[in-house]
Amino acid sequence: MLLTIADVEHVALLSRLELTPEEKEMYRRQLAKILDYAAKLQELDTENIPPTAHVVPLQNVFREDEVGEHLPPEKVLANAPDREDNFFKVPRIL
Amino acid sequence: MASYEPVIGLEVHVELASKSKIFCPSTTAFGGDPNTHVCPVCLGLPGVLPVLNKQVVEFGIRAALALNCEIAHFCKFDRKNYYYPDLPKNYQISQYDLPLAFNGYILIEGENGPKKIGITRVHMEEDAGKLVHQGTISTTPYSLVDYNRTGVPLLEIVSEPDISSVEEAKSYLNKLKAIIQYTGVSDCKMEEGSLRCDANVSVRPVGSDRLGTKTEIKNMNSFRALQKALSYEIERQIEVLESGGEIVQETRTWDEGKGITLPMRSKEEAHDYRYFPEPDLVPLVISSSWVDSIRKSLPELPDERKERYVKEFDLPPYDAGVLTSSREVADYFEACVDLYPYPKVVSNWIMGDLARLLNAHNVEIENCPVKPRQLVAMLKLIDKNVISGKIGKTVLEEMFATGKDPDVIVEEKGLRQITDEGSIEPIIDQVIADNPKSVNDYRNGKEKALGFLVGQVMKATKGKANPAIVNQLLRKKLN
Repeated sequence: MLLTIADVEHVALLSRLELTPEEKEMYRRQLAKILDYAAKLQELDTENIPPTAHVVPLQNVFREDEVGEHLPPEKVLANAPDREDNFFKVPRIL
Repeated sequence: MASYEPVIGLEVHVELASKSKIFCPSTTAFGGDPNTHVCPVCLGLPGVLPVLNKQVVEFGIRAALALNCEIAHFCKFDRKNYYYPDLPKNYQISQYDLPLAFNGYILIEGENGPKKIGITRVHMEEDAGKLVHQGTISTTPYSLVDYNRTGVPLLEIVSEPDISSVEEAKSYLNKLKAIIQYTGVSDCKMEEGSLRCDANVSVRPVGSDRLGTKTEIKNMNSFRALQKALSYEIERQIEVLESGGEIVQETRTWDEGKGITLPMRSKEEAHDYRYFPEPDLVPLVISSSWVDSIRKSLPELPDERKERYVKEFDLPPYDAGVLTSSREVADYFEACVDLYPYPKVVSNWIMGDLARLLNAHNVEIENCPVKPRQLVAMLKLIDKNVISGKIGKTVLEEMFATGKDPDVIVEEKGLRQITDEGSIEPIIDQVIADNPKSVNDYRNGKEKALGFLVGQVMKATKGKANPAIVNQLLRKKLN
C-alpha cells in the first residue's frame, strides 16, 4: 500500500510525536506493511454481515449507582510529572 | 442588514445527577478539594476497566423521552481520541454512530406562535477535567489540572438547525432546561457548569434554502452570554458577507470581557478524532419494556402543566407559561393555591413582587425565605382589610428579609390599615385645608385633582389608610 511521508506526519501530529526524517521514512515503510497485512481482510465479502460492535458476546453490563473509595491524593499524584499543591501541573496548551 | 436571516443549532451538555460517575464509583459531588473525587478508572490508569452506571442510562432515556425522542434498541460507546491535559486517557468515551436516542423535538413559543425545534440526537459521554489557569489561557505560565469532574456523566443534546433568531435560541434553551429539570435527571445549573451550551451559527439571504458556512461558538456560560454571543456573531457574519468576504468554518470562543467572539487557535487537523468502538464496554441493548417502564414514570412536563393551569385555574396562557417554566416555581404556586383558591391573585404576586425580590437578591424560589403558607397568610390579611395591597408589598419585603410571619410584621411595624372613619376624617380635613388649589381644581371638574388629594392623605397616614374609605370620605366632603 502506498503511504506518503505526509500521511506519517499527519498521524505523528495527532499522536503528538516528533519524528526525524529518518524515522518518518522508517515508519512510512513499516506502517505500509502493516496496512498491507490488514488489507487482507478486505478480500472477504461482508455484504450481509452486520458491523461488529464488540468481540465479546455480552451486552448490558452495568454497575449500580453507588459511591466507592477514592484514591488518596498522594497516590493520585504519585506519577504526576509535576505538581502544585494537589493539582497536576502541566505546560499550557493552546 | 434585514436581508439576512440566521440559522442556529444548539449543542447542549447537561450533567446527569447520578451519585457516582458514569464508569466508576467516584462521587459526582460538585466542588471538593482538587483531585480528591478520583479513582484509578477515571484517572485512566493502566489496566482498569470502566463499567457503565445503570442509573446514567435510565436518566438518559428519561430525558430523551421527555424530549420526544426515539430510543435506540442497540447502542454502543466509542472512543473520541484527542490529546489535551483535561483528559487523562487521551480519549473521551462518547457515542458516535449509534447514540442513545434521536429524532426528538421540543415546542417553543416562536415569533408566529408555537414552533417545533427538532432534536437530532441525544448521547451519553463522560465529562473532562478542569484546567486552572493564572489569568487567561494565552498568558498563563502553566496550567493546573483537577480531575474531579472527569467521568461525570453528560448527556449531549444536539438540535437541528431549526432556530432562526437569538430570541428562539433563548426560548429553546429555557424550554430544554425546564424539561430536563422536570424529569429530575439534572439540576441544570449553568453557574456550576451542569448545563453548557455551544452554538452552530450561519447566516443566509432571507428566503434562501441553502445553508451558509457555519461557525461554532463555545464558552457561553449564561443565558445572557448566549444572547450576546449569538447577536455578535450574526452581525459579524453579515458584515463579512456584505463587504464581499467569505465566512471561514471555524470554532470561535465568546470573550465575555470584550463582548466579541474570537477564533480559537486550533492546530490544523486537530479535529481528526479517529472514533472507534470502545473495546472496554459492551453494547447496550434497550428493550421496549425498559423504555415503557421509564415512560410511565415520567412526571407531568411543562407543556402539560401549562395546559392544566389554563384549564384548571383559568389562568391566562402567559401566566401559565411563566409559572410552569420552572418546576420549583410551579410547585410553589400550587402549594399557595392549595391554601388559597384564588390562582390569579397568587400568580400576580409570584410573577410580580416575589419574582422581583428573588431576582434582586439572586435567590432561587426553593430557597425563598417566604414560604407559600406565609405568602397566603399575607394575602388573607389584604382580603380581610387588615392591610392594603400597597402595604402588602412592604410586608412581603419585610417577610423576605426576616422570614417572619406577616401578622407579626404588621403588629411590630404598626402597619395595620386604618379603616376607622373617625381617625381618617381629621387628616382629610387637614389635607383639604392645606391644598386649596387642588380642592378648587376638583370642584371645577378636574377629576385628577382628587387623586392628588387621596395621595396626600395616604402619605400623611404612611400608606395605612384604607384607600377606598379615603376616596369615599373625600368625595363626600368636597361635593
